[in-house]
Amino acid sequence: MKLTTPHLLGIKDLTKEDIELLLSTAKQFKEVLQRPVKKVPSLRDITIVNLFFENSTRTRMSFELAEKRLGADSLNFTSSASSVAKGETLLDTVNNILSMKVDMVVLRHSASGAPHFLAKHIPAAIVNAGDGINEHPTQALLDAFSMLEKKETLEGLKVAIIGDIMHSRVALSNIYLLNKMGAEVMVAGPPTLIPKHIVEAFGIRVTYNVNEALQWCDVANVLRIQLERQNQPLFSSLREYNLAYGIKRSMLEKLNKEIVIMHPGPINRGVELDSDVADGPHSIILNQVENGVAVRMAALYLLSPRTP
Amino acid sequence: MNYFSAKLLALKSILTEQELALSIKRLAHQILEKHLDLENTVIIGMQPRGIFLSDRIVNELVLLEAPEKIAYGKLDITFYRDDVRREIKFANTTNIPFSIENKNVIIIDDVLWTGRTIRAALDALNDFGRPSKVELCVLIDRRFNRELPIHADYVGRTIDTFYSQKVFVHWKENFGVDEVVLV
Repeated sequence: MKLTTPHLLGIKDLTKEDIELLLSTAKQFKEVLQRPVKKVPSLRDITIVNLFFENSTRTRMSFELAEKRLGADSLNFTSSASSVAKGETLLDTVNNILSMKVDMVVLRHSASGAPHFLAKHIPAAIVNAGDGINEHPTQALLDAFSMLEKKETLEGLKVAIIGDIMHSRVALSNIYLLNKMGAEVMVAGPPTLIPKHIVEAFGIRVTYNVNEALQWCDVANVLRIQLERQNQPLFSSLREYNLAYGIKRSMLEKLNKEIVIMHPGPINRGVELDSDVADGPHSIILNQVENGVAVRMAALYLLSPRTP
Repeated sequence: MNYFSAKLLALKSILTEQELALSIKRLAHQILEKHLDLENTVIIGMQPRGIFLSDRIVNELVLLEAPEKIAYGKLDITFYRDDVRREIKFANTTNIPFSIENKNVIIIDDVLWTGRTIRAALDALNDFGRPSKVELCVLIDRRFNRELPIHADYVGRTIDTFYSQKVFVHWKENFGVDEVVLV
């Protein structure tokens, strides 16, 4: 019973069976998290470092909690408070940490491909916690897990990914995963934020009309506008974005059907998602956060080193 | 191949369908004998293969006692195994929808061999509360292969085996036939 890959660098490298194994293991860990003692000793001999070269609230706390719930020792690293500020390279930093007998690395980095580079050069198992605009595999897994709590199967499920597709690693990981699991995907948003190559490479549907996407889908995964990654203006203003592409309560009420609203956080309230939608009955945003811990426990457990 | 190894390779029947059914009936009665009032007793089947036995025993208990008195849960100990670093095993569902605090817990598993699964189960149970007492019920007790000081309170059949031998418990549900064989 093991994954076909020694690292979790992206959903791209996983098989359908890998994804199913991760999701079914996560289900068992979710049960662990409901117990009076929400902890198992599976990784009590393992030390994990959380290397965050980019800001994070949810992912970082979720990984840290997952490690603690598995009984692992965890180390936290923030680039701003480290010797990276003095010019130490990524590889030097990681090698120095590993020489202190650390077994696994959770890495978030603003450069796409940073975890892939590390995987080539260090012996430890690496979990990608988001690399630039490439992938965020644990987010896609927890999104799939949350969808499966609402829907029987991903096979044939209609999922619309709405918003800033271009700068979103969440979008790319989700598209890979949903594609492998047989779901149908549509991307929606302003033309400037939907890169042609993604649409062409995956043969997915595309629309520039949010209402059309909502009408079509069973699940809408709304993404954050990532202003920090946009070095040129790609739409005129946040206010205008909200008017044209923001999800409002009235739009959902007009649909006359069940719909699930998801968001990976952090939410720009009143931009891509209005508050009454984010906090409304369709939203499973906080379930996503809860499931994140179980999914990350599954990833860490399945990737943890084995001594034959 | 000498006489003894030839003998070892042969399939030896330990319990036939009829004997198995009788043993299960007896185990259910023995449990009731010691726990006349099931009010304060809970039954925990061990995932995955102990469930076949615990299901049958619970079915017997339902015939003898009011069903609402029987608290029945399932426990998977994959995350508590002492060999988790050697091989990652598939985890099954744990479902214990009641408190075990101050209860008499009866763990049910099919074969008691090295005792390592039960050790893990005792660890796991601790995370659900502090039972007042824990007992163990097994269908087959391989008494000479224990690696830990663990014993069973209710036993279907005690057998003497070499470590290298294998005991297969087959059920109608997974194998089409009820029987226990030694290989």
